[in-house]
Amino acid sequence: MKINAGLTGVLAGLGLLGSLGAPLQVSAQETTTLKVVGHAALKMLDPITTTAYITRNHGYFIYDTLFAVDANFEPQPQMVKEWSVSDDGMTYTFTLRDGLAFHDGAPVTAEDAVASVRRWAARDLTGIRMMKAAKEFVAVDDRTFRLVLAEPFGAVIDALAKPSSLVPFIMPKRIAETSPTEQIRDYIGSGPFRFVVDEFQPGVKAVYVRNEAYVPRDEPASGLAGGKIARVDRVEYLSFPDQQTAANALTKGEVDILENIYADTVGQLTGVDGVEVQKLKSSNVPTMRLNWLQPPFDNVKVRQAVLHAVSQTDFMDAQIGDPDLYTICGAMFGCGTPLATEDGAIQTAVTPDYAGAKALLKEAGYKGEKVVVLHPTDLASLSAVAPMTVQALRQIGMTVEMQSMDWATFLQRRNKKDPVDQGGWSVAYGSWNMLDLTSPLSNLNLDTRGPDGYVGWSADETLAGLKDAFAAASDPAEKKRLAAAIQARAYELVFYIPLGTYANVSAHRTGVDPLIDSPVQVYWGIAKH
Amino acid sequence: MLRLIALRLAMSVPVVLVVVTLVFLLVRLTGDPATVLAGDLASPEVIAAITAQLGLDKSLPHQYGIWIFDLLRGDFGVSIASHQSVIGEIVGRLEPTLVLATASIIVTVALAVPMGVIAARRHNSWADRLLMLFSVLGFSIPGFVLAYIFILCFSLWLDLLPVQGYVSPFDDPWGSLRHLVLPTLTLSVFFMSLIARVARASILEILSEDFVRTARAKGVPERVILWKHALRNAAIPIVTVIGIGIGMLISGVVVTESVFNLPGVGRLTIDAILARDYPVVQGVIIFFSLAYVSINLLIDIAYILIDPRIRY
Repeated sequence: MKINAGLTGVLAGLGLLGSLGAPLQVSAQETTTLKVVGHAALKMLDPITTTAYITRNHGYFIYDTLFAVDANFEPQPQMVKEWSVSDDGMTYTFTLRDGLAFHDGAPVTAEDAVASVRRWAARDLTGIRMMKAAKEFVAVDDRTFRLVLAEPFGAVIDALAKPSSLVPFIMPKRIAETSPTEQIRDYIGSGPFRFVVDEFQPGVKAVYVRNEAYVPRDEPASGLAGGKIARVDRVEYLSFPDQQTAANALTKGEVDILENIYADTVGQLTGVDGVEVQKLKSSNVPTMRLNWLQPPFDNVKVRQAVLHAVSQTDFMDAQIGDPDLYTICGAMFGCGTPLATEDGAIQTAVTPDYAGAKALLKEAGYKGEKVVVLHPTDLASLSAVAPMTVQALRQIGMTVEMQSMDWATFLQRRNKKDPVDQGGWSVAYGSWNMLDLTSPLSNLNLDTRGPDGYVGWSADETLAGLKDAFAAASDPAEKKRLAAAIQARAYELVFYIPLGTYANVSAHRTGVDPLIDSPVQVYWGIAKH
Repeated sequence: MLRLIALRLAMSVPVVLVVVTLVFLLVRLTGDPATVLAGDLASPEVIAAITAQLGLDKSLPHQYGIWIFDLLRGDFGVSIASHQSVIGEIVGRLEPTLVLATASIIVTVALAVPMGVIAARRHNSWADRLLMLFSVLGFSIPGFVLAYIFILCFSLWLDLLPVQGYVSPFDDPWGSLRHLVLPTLTLSVFFMSLIARVARASILEILSEDFVRTARAKGVPERVILWKHALRNAAIPIVTVIGIGIGMLISGVVVTESVFNLPGVGRLTIDAILARDYPVVQGVIIFFSLAYVSINLLIDIAYILIDPRIRY
C-alpha cells in the first residue's frame, strides 16, 4: 500500500514535470525573430572608441559604410554611388547614393560622411595616415564630398572600405562630432537594422529590428558588400556566459544561431539533430609578440632563435586540434588575401628547427636570462599557446617562467615596458581576426614606432620606409611587391610570429539560413523557414 | 527590538565601508579598465586619454575621496562599459536573482527541516540512511556539475524543461516556473543537505535530553515531543545554519546564473570583474554586503523570537 502511494506520488510528480515541459500554446506570431548568441558580451556600443569585435558586429547591424570589401576582399562602393580620382591621383570625389536615410528619417548627407570619417580617422592607424596625407576633406554639396591629398596616398579606397576594427561607419554629423575618445550616446545609423535602445540590457541582450526604409544596393550580397536585405523582422543578439549552455540551448531549439563555437564544441554539435555546423570565411590568427626593449629579445639573433623553435603545426594542434579547422600559413597579411605571400616564413615547417635555434642562441651569446611568458587563461582562443611556447623555448635551452592571469590583467601587464624582474614580460600574444592583418598599414604587429608604438615595441627605419612606399603606391603589382618586401623584413627582424590560421565556426538550427560568406558575421540575407 | 535593529544597522555601516574600501583597492591592483575598454588593438595614447577621462590618472586617495563623497550623496556612479547608472544596472538585474534566491530558500527550508526531522525520528532506519546518503551526495557534488547533470537529464534527454533563460513571473507565471525549476533545484540541493544534517543532529541531541525522557515517562505523545519540544529546542542551530546557507547562496547564485544564463546580479558581478568595471564592482559589493548584514540581522531577531532568554 505504501509502495503504491509512493509510486503514485512519483508518477504524479513526473506528470507535473511533463506538463511543465509541454510546449505552451502560443498564438501565431507574424514577427520573425532570429535569436543569435554573439561571440562575446556586448556592452560598449560605440564602434569607434573600442576595437572589440562584438562592438564591430553591432556596428554592422545599424551602420552602413561608404565602401565595403566583397567576398574576395576587394573594396566595392556601398553608400557611395560613384567616385572618381584625378589623373595625378591627388583628388578623390565621391557621390552618395539616392535614398540614403538615417533611422530618424533624416537624409544622409556628405557632411555626415565627412564628420564620421574624421572621427574614425582620429582613432584608426590607416585613418591617421590618410588624414596626415590629406590637404582638404570637405563636403561639396549635400551628396558630394571631396578628399584632396597633399602627398600621395594610394590606399584611400582600402581605408574607407576597412572591414574590421576600426570600421569607418557613417553616423549623423551631430553624433560624429563627439570626441573620438568619448563614447557616443545616440545610436542612429542608416544600416539595414535599427537598434532598439529600450530593450538593450548590457552584457545580456541587444535587439535590432528591420529598417523598413533601407534601400539596399542592387547587387547580390557578397562579403560585406552588395545588397544588404534584412530577411527577418527582429534579431535578438544574446550573450551567454557559458558556451556549453549555449550549445545546449541550440540543441533544444531555444536559440537559432551560435555566432562562434570553440573547436571542442564543434565535435559536440556535429551530427546533432536539427543543428548544422558551418565553417566560416572569417578566420583568426594567434600571434606571438616578443619584447624588443628587454633582454634577451632585444637581440635579433635570440628572436630569430624563437622563430626557428616554433612550428605552427604544434601550436595549432595544441590550440585547435582538428586539422580540418586550421591552416598552416606564414602569410603575415592573411592566407588567401590579395597580399598573401610566404616570403621569409620558416615556422610553417612541419617540425621546428631546434638545432638551428640552438645555434642562433649560441651565436647571440644567450646567457640564460629569464624569459617571462604571459599566459591568458580565460581567453579560449589563446589559452593553449603559452604552455606550447614554454615547451618550445625550454627545448632550445632557454630559462622560462610562465605567468598565468586573466585577460584583463594580461592586457595591463602587456603594456609594462619594465624588465621581467620588475613586472615586465618577454613573450605575449594577440588574437586577431585575419581582417585586421590584411594590410601593412593596418597590421598593428608591423608597428615601427619602438617604445611609442604597439606592445613589443618593435622599431625599424627600413620597414617604416617600405610602409611609406606602400601607402603612396596605387599600382596593385607594386603594392604586392612592397608587401612581400615588408613581410620578408618583418620576418628577418621577427616583428611577430603568426602561429597559424584557424577558421571560425558557427552553428545554426536547420531551417535557418547559414551565415553569409563574409569575413565578419553579419545578419542581413538570413531567413528563418 | 527596534533598538536592536537600529543598533545593528548602525554597526553595519563601518562593516560595509571596510569591505568596499578593500574592494576599491583590490580591483585597482588587478587590471586597468581603460585597457579593456579601448580593446586589444588600442594605442598607448588612446588608452591614456581614456584613463584621464575616467579619472583614473588621479592618485588613489583622490579617487577614493571622490567616490566616498559621491556615495554619501547616493551616487553610485556610472558603469565604465555601458555608461548606465550603477544603481540602474543593479536594479535591472535584481529580479532574476531575488526570484531565484527566494524560490531556493523556500524549497530548501520546506524540504530540509522535514528531512532532518524524519531522519532523526527514524534514526538508523533505511529512511535515515537514504536521507543521509542524499545529503552527503548533495553536499559533495559541486553546484555546476549538478546543474549540467540536471540539464542533461531533464532538458536534453527527457525534454521536460528548458535549458536556460529567465522569464519574469510577472509576465508569464507558468513560463517562469518552468525556467526556475532546474536552477532552483541546483541551488537548493547543497543547502538542503547541509540543513538536513544539522537538523537531524540537533534533534537527535535534544531527544536524548533528560526532559524528553521525563516527557515520555509522563506519556506525552511522541509527535508532540518531536514537534513541540525537540524541534523548538533544536531550532537555534538550525536557524543559524539556515542563515549561513542564505549567505552562501549569494555565491551559489553567481555560478547558477552563469550556467542557466539568468541575467541576474551574479552574472553582472562576474562581467563587471572581468571588465574591471570599477563602479559596478563596487556597487554590487555594497549590495551583497548589505544583503549579508540584513540576513544576520534577521537571524538575530529570529533567535530572540525562538528563545526569549536571548538578549543582546
